[in-house]
Amino acid sequence: MASRRPKLAVWKFSSCDGCQLSLLDCEDELLALAESVEIAYFLEASRAEIAGPYDISLVEGSITTPQEAERIRRVRAQSRALITIGACATTGGIQALKNLRPLDELVNTVYAHRDYIESLATSTPVLDHVRVDFELHGCPINKHQLLEVLNATLNGRRPTVPAYSQCIECKLAATVCVMVAEGKPCLGPVTQAGCGNLCPACDRGCFACFGPVETPNTSALSERLKALGMDARSLQHYYRLFTNNAPAFREASKAHESVSPE
Amino acid sequence: MSQSAQSDTRVIEVNALARVEGEGALYLRVHDGAIADLKFRIYEPPRFFEALLEGRDFRDAPDITARICGICPMAYILSACQAMEAAAGVSVTGPLRDLRRLAYCGEWIQSHVLHVFLLHAPDFLGYDDSIQLSRDHPEVVKKALKLKKLGNQVLEVIGGRAVHPVNFRVGGLHCVPRRSAIEGLTDDLERGLETAIELTRFTAGLAFPGFDDDYLSVSLRHADEYAIHEGRIAGSDGLDIPVSEFETHFDEEHKAHSNALYGVRKGSRGPYLVGPVARYNNNQRQLSPLARELAAEIGLGETVTNPFRSIQVRMVETVYAVEEALRLVRGYRAPEAPAVEAMPRSARGSGCTEAPRGICFHRYDLDPDGRIQAARIVPPTSQNQRQIERDLRGVVERHMSLPDDELRWVCEQAIRNYDPCISCATHFLKLTVERV
Repeated sequence: MASRRPKLAVWKFSSCDGCQLSLLDCEDELLALAESVEIAYFLEASRAEIAGPYDISLVEGSITTPQEAERIRRVRAQSRALITIGACATTGGIQALKNLRPLDELVNTVYAHRDYIESLATSTPVLDHVRVDFELHGCPINKHQLLEVLNATLNGRRPTVPAYSQCIECKLAATVCVMVAEGKPCLGPVTQAGCGNLCPACDRGCFACFGPVETPNTSALSERLKALGMDARSLQHYYRLFTNNAPAFREASKAHESVSPE
Repeated sequence: MSQSAQSDTRVIEVNALARVEGEGALYLRVHDGAIADLKFRIYEPPRFFEALLEGRDFRDAPDITARICGICPMAYILSACQAMEAAAGVSVTGPLRDLRRLAYCGEWIQSHVLHVFLLHAPDFLGYDDSIQLSRDHPEVVKKALKLKKLGNQVLEVIGGRAVHPVNFRVGGLHCVPRRSAIEGLTDDLERGLETAIELTRFTAGLAFPGFDDDYLSVSLRHADEYAIHEGRIAGSDGLDIPVSEFETHFDEEHKAHSNALYGVRKGSRGPYLVGPVARYNNNQRQLSPLARELAAEIGLGETVTNPFRSIQVRMVETVYAVEEALRLVRGYRAPEAPAVEAMPRSARGSGCTEAPRGICFHRYDLDPDGRIQAARIVPPTSQNQRQIERDLRGVVERHMSLPDDELRWVCEQAIRNYDPCISCATHFLKLTVERV
């Protein structure tokens, strides 16, 4: 006897849509996935909406408006498992750079009419607002990891997603270290693996799309980067990319605050 | 008609538009058989990109602005690169230019096929989504997914990954892709071309709701090729300007009901159209013979005036993009160096490329150290926003007699004609830009 198919919902908050696109980018698996789960709410892909509760909710994007802060609570209340996907949902994303400046200053820089705009002073991760069952990192997420997380959740096991650093990925792939061999700045030692070793394989230092590893030694890395000739502002900006609001990177960049007039 | 005898006012609302990239809504009020109010509202929260770029190094702009849109990151990356190269006074030519065009073809293929088969075709055939479509037309959806994947493959070979590729930089690339990887695309592209032709023919059988407009088409134009990633800005009204003069001829208005600005042509203050239909109208003579033949076969004339036919134009452009990718792969020469050096200087630079949904304009002012003092980004969907509202008025007037749910659906379909990328459209831009 066929049991009821689990209901999957995909929610968008402040983001670029790239992480939910990763689901549509599972070209070889999409139709099979649609058979094993009921895609109950996925606005980017369907105008059909099936009411909750949902077995799995994938949440993309950060919380940047009062409405979003409200809506994420409703999503949580309707979801058995809530999984955040991508740098925006797990750290606040690139737009968390707004946390470093007064909101009015930002608004006046880019807007004609201040009063048309409703925005919180901060961009924050979903975890700051509600309980989260699993966080999948990346800017964007890796679609193979997404399939693994869905598969694991549907089968009631922990997802197998590596917690080690980008350095381990380079060693496993036998990629020559761009920092040691060429003196190029690289955030690989403090960044979580998962992208598939992309930048070092392109002869470029890692720029931390997947956010900090659990126990990053940023102060040691910062010293090394300075020794390679990076000035304080460049170092600060290096930590201030897509996962700038992850606590480890926020602290690491603040260590170089005094020299930046921003 | 579902209206009651007491009331001659109909209100149609779509609070969260589906099958678009981002968050949009539609509000329509009809009174005594006439449109009393119509608003296409973009409520995607603002993310303040232009402000966040202030003080950053000029080399940061491509990777940061890529995050405006996960569907067309190449458009942001390359427009930003070109603007910075213009500011630095360097240009990227030869094999590096070819690699950029090839990657851009990949983005057109994946984005167009995604939109045509996963987001738009279900409207024409009465399905809620492509999963439903795949139950009745499994082969069509499977082939479309395969073709979409091919676009992503092209992006992956050059850029490392499809969403937010990592290998592009101001001046060129971080590393030259392996020759074998580029040449390895040949067989898949050859097969992909067959698929693209077949899927283009599929669109000939669709029914197009009646509605025509005399569009002011604005696109890039290039002397030697169908413009994708480089060119001058051309309008069907005879406009022909370098990219750096965009802001002299186009303006944006900020309205209370939408979180994106409205593009207008200066002078007339009227709407204009960007995207596949505008490109086709301005440059169709530069398409390949095969793409032009197919266009004629599926019923497209020299000019497209029915926006619902944009789905066909996307497929014609997809055929062209696959052919063009194949040509570039077959003629591949490896660049001598991965990039040309771009040195910072105090300057203003502009860049513009044809995102799948239309021209994406960037302008940056840099200080002597190459730090960004001011940024302006004009994405395609905010330029189309006013035209979308004008189309909606026309569509509603033509289809007023439909019951509410059918009228609502045809309005949604009309919005999806634009493949609106609402994530892109929402970062507000200054109406007047002051130079320091």
